[in-house]
Amino acid sequence: MNLDLARWQFAITTVYHFIFVPITIGTGFLVAGMQTAWYRTDNLKYLRATKFFGKLFLINFAMGVVTGIVQEFQFGMNWSSYSRFVGDIFGAPLAMEGLLAFFLESTFLGIWIFGWDRLPKKLHLASIWIAATGTLLSAYFILAANAWMQHPVGYKMNPTLGRAELTDIVRVLTQNTAVAAFAHTIPAAFFTAGGFVAGVAAWLLIRKRDVEMARPALKLGVITVIIAFIAVFFTGDWTSRIMTEQQPMKMAAAEALYDTTDNAPFSLLTIGTLDGSRPVYQIDLPSVLSLLSTGDANGVVKGVANLQAEYSAKYGTDNYIPNIPLAYWSFRLMIGFGGLAFLFALLTLWRMRKGGLPTSKWFGRAMLTMPFLPLLANSLGWIFTETARQPWAVFGLIKTADGVSPTVSAGSVATTMIGFTVLYGVLAVIEFGLMFRAIKVGPEAITSSPDNEVGGDSSRPLVMSY
Amino acid sequence: MTLQTLWFILIAVLWIGYFVLEGFDFGVGILLRTVAKTQAERRAVLTTLGPVWDGNEVWLLVAGGATFAAFPEWYATLFSGFYLPLFLILVALIIRGVGFEYRSKYGRESWRSRWDTAIVISSALPALLWGVAFANIVRGVPLLRDSHGVIHYDGGFFNLLNPFGLLGGLVTLSLFTTHGAIFLALKTDGVIRERANALVTKLGLAAAVFAVAFLVWASSLVNKPLVWVLSAVTAVCWLAALGMNLKTREGWAFIFSSLTLALAVTTLFFALYPNVMPNLNGPDGLTITNASSTHYTLTIMTWVAVVMTPLVLIYQGWTYWVFRKRVSATQIMDAEKGVLDTVNL
Ligand code: HDD
Ligand code: HEM
Ligand code: HEM
Repeated sequence: MNLDLARWQFAITTVYHFIFVPITIGTGFLVAGMQTAWYRTDNLKYLRATKFFGKLFLINFAMGVVTGIVQEFQFGMNWSSYSRFVGDIFGAPLAMEGLLAFFLESTFLGIWIFGWDRLPKKLHLASIWIAATGTLLSAYFILAANAWMQHPVGYKMNPTLGRAELTDIVRVLTQNTAVAAFAHTIPAAFFTAGGFVAGVAAWLLIRKRDVEMARPALKLGVITVIIAFIAVFFTGDWTSRIMTEQQPMKMAAAEALYDTTDNAPFSLLTIGTLDGSRPVYQIDLPSVLSLLSTGDANGVVKGVANLQAEYSAKYGTDNYIPNIPLAYWSFRLMIGFGGLAFLFALLTLWRMRKGGLPTSKWFGRAMLTMPFLPLLANSLGWIFTETARQPWAVFGLIKTADGVSPTVSAGSVATTMIGFTVLYGVLAVIEFGLMFRAIKVGPEAITSSPDNEVGGDSSRPLVMSY
Repeated sequence: MTLQTLWFILIAVLWIGYFVLEGFDFGVGILLRTVAKTQAERRAVLTTLGPVWDGNEVWLLVAGGATFAAFPEWYATLFSGFYLPLFLILVALIIRGVGFEYRSKYGRESWRSRWDTAIVISSALPALLWGVAFANIVRGVPLLRDSHGVIHYDGGFFNLLNPFGLLGGLVTLSLFTTHGAIFLALKTDGVIRERANALVTKLGLAAAVFAVAFLVWASSLVNKPLVWVLSAVTAVCWLAALGMNLKTREGWAFIFSSLTLALAVTTLFFALYPNVMPNLNGPDGLTITNASSTHYTLTIMTWVAVVMTPLVLIYQGWTYWVFRKRVSATQIMDAEKGVLDTVNL
């Protein structure tokens, strides 16, 4: 009971946090790029784009920050046994994230927001680049921590204290699981931001609002989506191979592959049951699973049943099979939703060639989904990664069930669980309303270069205030 | 000095950073409706926090992360033990942060006034609860060693609301509120500055009463001579802050009130050392030795902290320099209108 509630709470709060995270990471860089274009060319359409998308970026950033605070303390609150077990290793990247990344992000973003008339143009531009770099650093450390849970390295067990202890921080921070997760997640963030910018720009274009600015913004968005998807695809392929080697059960679950096979097919769609009985109807891509997971069309992919027997022998009798329908569908839908956004982007770019404006009704509808498809793909990617690792919290070392806080009552967990869920729900409505409103209001009418007086006296009107 | 002691000190430093910086954020939030009446005034008050509040809050996140890395047992026992108060603090921090960012987006009166109330409450609640939490840590809480030898918190929520804990809460609440008023007197101009300045003495004297009572009680609990000395120095600093404020030397007043908070945290940590969570019911408590990480982890984290902390101090200090000008209500353009009220191109 306690365990289930704690798991639901972790899943809800983390997936929610990760709605804002990829938008922040990607859009931060895109806005920095827009401002750089303005700095270089003095063309006001770039300034309007910077301010407009900057405003949306900040509405989103606020939510990323406040939901992150919960994450930082959640391990101690609901997962105290887990924290005791892994703290010696896992705490380090978390603390480094704070010291190296969060300070940088928050401080320089504050400077960027309020510093328009306080700093020379160049320094002000630098502040958004520094803040954006901070988000990358933060992603790296937290992903390294998460990668250690997928594939623990650089540690030894201390049987007296019953905990894992760090022996090699460099391994923890540079193992291929961490590098691959970063290489997959960051392009996925750009993919999300591209979709976000494209969707918003399309909305403006259809209503003929600030076409001069919206057209290049749309182009920026779709090109970002296209490039990022290609990167996501190749790094996803790399991730698959690492995963098959390190967590074969996950790959087997992703494919609902019960018996070890070579030349394994990748099913696009299954109708029927996934829980052991045979599928009723299945579309297969021959050999693709073998290719995806081993890099060889004839490669052997281990099946769930075989792995279950293997793990039971190795780790003691238990159920080592994750939720297979969830793994199967989240993996497919991650790729599917992502692929759909990629196709929309290609189509848009095609229709924009030779100065064309894609403004048909059909296009308008399709583009409204652009901000959401990549977000769905992201969430599903994480849901897959984390649920298909179960029953392990740290693979091979500690099970999720053994990580939960032993002294926190089910009533307490239920209280916080309901509290966070209700609060997050209300905030979602507010944030969505504000975003929509900000888009409807549209870009500011900036028609002349802002004066470049820096500092100024304290009676001058503020360019930026709360 | 052992690495464990060094990390105990570093964590104290992080809490000092947090209380000094977010302390005035809390105070400003609490006083929002008191010192600012018109829309322009409210927005001017919030603008003093605008560029810095998130950076200030990161001190808390790093204190949390550093405790996790350096003293995992402390992190696990403290946050699973003080479960509901921490939940309330987190909820308040969420509402406050969102409130700062979103309140002035619309001009609608009901929207703004609701956020203002939310900001006041969600600033006061953590200001109170941090004091309750720290007072309880210093006093000791019921702990229990289980069959695996792991030490857990063994009291409920209401156990924390003992008189000593509540007094600690009143101390932080009143200190932070005064500290915020001093900050506002330093950072604003016109009526806000006058109102804030006038509030400092009243609030500050109330805080002094709570703080002296608390420090005497705490000093008698732990029985360390140096705690008495530190307490006395803390009290002197506080009086200096109030005095400087009376002479409208706001810069000095702020320096002294920051010093007071720093010394107060130092006193608490000094009283605590070498424990991190003493057991109220016996000797089986958490100490810097039995709660700590390995030597290897502490060594790595020491390098990171020694390199990064000064850098952070430099660039955060620079932010305060960039935004050193006072803010006044007359500088807020179109104060009645929300940022998202106008339709542009
Ligand atoms: C791949 C990236 C990524 C992932 C997996 C996570 N986060 Fe996150 N987090 C960020 C990327 C990020 C960010 C981009 O740096 C954010 C998002 C918006 C923001 O303001 O910074 C952020 C904000 C953020 C904050 C607030 C920082 C501030 O006040 O400025 C905290 C404390 C955390 N996160 C902690 C966590 C923890 C403990 C996680 C693990 C469960 C986690 N995040 C997952
Ligand atoms: C931000 C992206 C992430 C998302 C969307 C995400 C999602 C999830 C989900 C859905 C679960 C529930 C699995 C289940 O109970 O079946 C989970 C579990 C877990 N995740 Fe993540 N996760 C993310 C990142 C991380 C990171 C970065 C860490 C660690 C640093 C982490 C640590 C954990 C832990 C400890 C659990 C075990 C608790 C549980 O089973 O519910 N997660 N995560
Ligand atoms: C197109 C949009 C896509 C998005 C937005 C996306 C996003 C994500 C995210 C956020 C994660 C969790 C982070 C991680 O573990 O690295 C993930 C995991 C994963 N993705 Fe993707 N992904 C996409 C496409 C793909 C493709 C095309 C492939 C394979 C060819 C792929 C393979 C994987 C694998 C194998 C994992 C699990 C990694 C693990 O558990 O260790 N992804 N995805």
